[in-house]
Amino acid sequence: MTNVFRAEGLGKTYPGVRANDDISFSVEAGEIHALLGENGAGKSTLVKMIYGLVRPDDGHMMLMGAPHAPADPRAARAAGVAMVFQHFSLFDALSVAENIALGMENPPPRAELARRIAELSRSYGLPLNPARRVATLSAGERQRVEILRCLLQNPRLLIMDEPTSVLTPQEAEILFATLRQLAAAGTAILYISHKLDEIRGHCDRATILRHGKVIRTVEPRAHTARELAAMMVGAEMRVVDRSGRSPGAQVLAVSGLVTPASGGISLREVALRLHAGEILGIGGVAGNGQEELLAALSGEVTTAPGTITLDGSDLSALGPEARRRAGLLAAPEDRLGHAAVPEFSLTENTLLTAASRQNLARHGLIDHGAARRFAESVIAAFDVRTPGPGTAAGALSGGNLQKFVIGREVLGRPRVLVVNQPTWGVDAGAAAAIRQALLDLAAKGAGIIVISQDLDELLELSDRFCALNEGRLSAPRTTDGLTIDEIGLMLGGAHGMEVGHVPA
Amino acid sequence: MMIDPIAVFVLLLGAATPILFAALGELVVERAGVLNLGVEGMMIGGALAGFAAANATGSPAAGFVAAALAGAALSMIFALLTQFLLSNQVATGLALTLFGLGLTAMFGKPYEGVKAPPMMAGPLGLNLMIWLGLLMVPLVWWFLMRSRAGLVLRAVGENHDAAHGLGYPVRAVRIGAIAFGGAMAGLGGAYISIATVLQWTEGMTAGAGWIALAIVVFAQWNPWGALAGAWLFGGVTVLQLRLQAAGVAVPVQLLSMAPYLATIIVLVLISARQKFGRSGGGAAPGSLGRPFHALR
Amino acid sequence: MFRLEPRASAPLLWQVATPIMAVIATMIVGGLLFAALGFDPVASIRTIFWDPLFGPAASYSRPQLLVKAGPLILIAAGLSLGFRAGIWNIGAEGQYIIGGICGAAVALAAYPLEAFWIFPAMILAGALGGCAWGLIPAMLRNWFGASEILVSLMLVYVAQRIAAWMAFGPLKNPEGFNFPGSRNLQQYPAASNPELIANTGLHWGVIAAVLALAVTWFVMSRHMLGFHIRTAGAAPRAARFAGVRPERLVALCLGVSGALAGFAGLFEAAGPAGQITENFGSGYGFTAIIVAFLGRLHPLGILLAGLLLALTYIGGELAQMMLQLPAATVQVFQGMLLFFLLGFDLLTRYRIRRRA
Repeated sequence: MTNVFRAEGLGKTYPGVRANDDISFSVEAGEIHALLGENGAGKSTLVKMIYGLVRPDDGHMMLMGAPHAPADPRAARAAGVAMVFQHFSLFDALSVAENIALGMENPPPRAELARRIAELSRSYGLPLNPARRVATLSAGERQRVEILRCLLQNPRLLIMDEPTSVLTPQEAEILFATLRQLAAAGTAILYISHKLDEIRGHCDRATILRHGKVIRTVEPRAHTARELAAMMVGAEMRVVDRSGRSPGAQVLAVSGLVTPASGGISLREVALRLHAGEILGIGGVAGNGQEELLAALSGEVTTAPGTITLDGSDLSALGPEARRRAGLLAAPEDRLGHAAVPEFSLTENTLLTAASRQNLARHGLIDHGAARRFAESVIAAFDVRTPGPGTAAGALSGGNLQKFVIGREVLGRPRVLVVNQPTWGVDAGAAAAIRQALLDLAAKGAGIIVISQDLDELLELSDRFCALNEGRLSAPRTTDGLTIDEIGLMLGGAHGMEVGHVPA
Repeated sequence: MMIDPIAVFVLLLGAATPILFAALGELVVERAGVLNLGVEGMMIGGALAGFAAANATGSPAAGFVAAALAGAALSMIFALLTQFLLSNQVATGLALTLFGLGLTAMFGKPYEGVKAPPMMAGPLGLNLMIWLGLLMVPLVWWFLMRSRAGLVLRAVGENHDAAHGLGYPVRAVRIGAIAFGGAMAGLGGAYISIATVLQWTEGMTAGAGWIALAIVVFAQWNPWGALAGAWLFGGVTVLQLRLQAAGVAVPVQLLSMAPYLATIIVLVLISARQKFGRSGGGAAPGSLGRPFHALR
Repeated sequence: MFRLEPRASAPLLWQVATPIMAVIATMIVGGLLFAALGFDPVASIRTIFWDPLFGPAASYSRPQLLVKAGPLILIAAGLSLGFRAGIWNIGAEGQYIIGGICGAAVALAAYPLEAFWIFPAMILAGALGGCAWGLIPAMLRNWFGASEILVSLMLVYVAQRIAAWMAFGPLKNPEGFNFPGSRNLQQYPAASNPELIANTGLHWGVIAAVLALAVTWFVMSRHMLGFHIRTAGAAPRAARFAGVRPERLVALCLGVSGALAGFAGLFEAAGPAGQITENFGSGYGFTAIIVAFLGRLHPLGILLAGLLLALTYIGGELAQMMLQLPAATVQVFQGMLLFFLLGFDLLTRYRIRRRA
């Protein structure tokens, strides 16, 4: 087996953090090699160095036996490295063909390119119409565009960055079939992920990163998921305490919830019942209406009368402040720019949502002292690492800001709390603390809705589970005993998609 | 009163041409994701520079070249501030307009009352600049929609982070677009001083730059739409001048409001169509107005 | 060679330093500009910035400072609310003109009556006129999504023509020998806005400006409304999440800034200007934008910036008289000030680091 790519002693330092330290590993032709690690382990930085977005401080790389030190992504592409990003870098207003042309060094003339796209996409089982505007494509189809863009360059090394984070289990299967086909043809594939089952199921070797260093390179199938997790995290994961909860009276009722589509997904006849002390998990791949659902529940979007009732009173026409006074609190997904203002201090950010429930403003007059004291109580109760309440929210790390944002709502003693992606992009320690905080809140009698893409998290936390797919909410099922396949189907795997067929 | 349609159309083209140049220029700039409100300042800069050069050399062609250079030079102040110093685009564009108006008022004093050299006539009795303006429409369309450079420019305007990730020089593309916009605005301004009014007066562009900005929205960032918008504006201008000349019983000041009111109506109609019509996503470039800062 | 690192928040030191740096840079570059035009740079800069306050004829020019600063500060205070929220009222000049016209119209309708309620009625009319003119772009933005920048600006041109029409038509002074322009309100005691303390330039408009600043400061620092405005400007989605209704905010900001500009127009029409003429709008609405930015959208900054720009107006007039400097110098200076401020503003938002 020939060595397509080799890294020796790679290192990169950013102010205050050694992102990569003495990284050495290799990828063979025809191999699917996983890069495994938690958020912040250094996977992104490493891959950016291979793709030419970042220059390494130490060490060197070899591609096909020759030194590899690309000055920019174009040089990397010319050398034979292709990358499919986690967050697609596609241009919504442009067509599939135009997007692909932009990712190529010397694209052929338009008609020729369209022909090649249609041909190649069919042969790899990823059919695509070159003239369609990307804005109209689903997440799985957009990923196909990204992959095709890479394939048309005949790469020697294909890097995939968390590719299944936006796919249903069934779509992921199709992707893996495509990757196996590519590997069989001799391409080396570097596959970044933190999903242990996937890696054990599909990858030949895995290099595990932790805190910027290589821990080991292993054969995933030779280890259990638990062993791999331990290598990734370096310590025994804190077991989340789920005991002692039984749901009480119904506290929130949603029925017939409909929101118009305006640039996003429209919610269609969403209905659910939430009880006191219960955690309802809503799963779903991003882009199926999660943000819209949170906005409808938080009051940023109002709905028809009778669609949302809390303890019997109709909240449907009320805005966010009125809902907060009634006891319905929410924590949106984006902590920078939505849940908190990055330029404002933590004290000021309390005023964003907690003013009414914590008496931080009387008749509109702000009590700055009270706001500061409340911020301090959130910082203390949730172990938020920060110099003080006067620090700007944008200066906190992702995990600490998330603890603050969730803590701000939890200390508001809500009747109902709705959170969207509570531990997204958060380090393992903070994630565990947040999950425990949610469980404790439920134990005190609040009803909680957790919307998340992380199935493991949902299975851990929720008493009942339903799935959001293209704006429709499935009927809730009790979490105990639910299998991955059933969940996949609930998440809308039934697109009718199979390898080589055009979607209906 | 007989209205000769050909003569009216010629007048319309004359009134539309400065707006067309400025709008086409700004259209390219906005397609690259930059909002330059300094069009009025660049137009008046071009108007003075063009007039002065035409006067000095006796050649209107030299005047237009000078105007384009002056407009591009002024636009570089905007480019420096917004692309390198990451300043707020709205405020910077405004500053450019105020600065341009002041600067030209200051340097233009000696030229007041001086007459311009005659325009070079072209085919069909229309001067060459009118033809150039009409020619620029398909050229800009072809550049944006069919050329590689135009595709890159549109990508930069649509999603500058993705374009950067693919290795395209976002800043360089935007600076090029800004310079083009400046040159075109300068040409439009010079047309007013050299070909329409035939004189220099302080503030003579009278809001043409702002109207051009509105035309870009009306055109939905499409060059053919800009042509339609410019002709619409030209038509309203000619109409109100005719009504004034015909001694209609409406005070002349109210008639001269017509182009500005028409612009407001046009803006409202287009925005309403965006808001209430089929939403296939907005037509404005995705990164319009947002500063680009690559975090390496 | 240099790298820009975003700061989490803008340090106070830089926020205060950048306007000062902008002023110094403007003086230097302005001096060079004068030298290029053949004028003595030092004498020119001194005439513009120093002489009006401390020079030989200062006792005549000092009172003018408040006269010019009053409307600038009044308008800029209103603008700062909207600008902080990302709502760009560029048409303050038009709101100023309409306010002046409405107020003057009330006065002229009442002429020659002498009564205590005439002046307050004029003030109310001025505010309502300016507010209404400002609400037009607000409504068009709320209902149709039309850009308030372009609509408010177009309305400036419309307002200027209305002023011209008024001066030649409905408001023309019947005893004015057919010259365009309204009756002079300075000579109509019930309607006039006189100098309250001799030789200080202090008139009701100046007092209104100080009040406006005080109210603005209070709202922005102590009241939830101010918090919501700042949030809307910094993070619109967070503002929605906090419960801010964007349409109400747009109407409020444009209405209030329109009203304040209308006040300024009224005080000017009844005071220093004295009448409605075809050129009633003298650019205060646009200069106020510079005052707002130079003052960093903060009440104290606006006070200082207003005084500084008033100084440049007076200094410019002085320089025109004494040194034959062209009249448009002032505008160029003001444009340069804004450029430099915008450029130096970088330092408040980013740290400059040398690349490793």
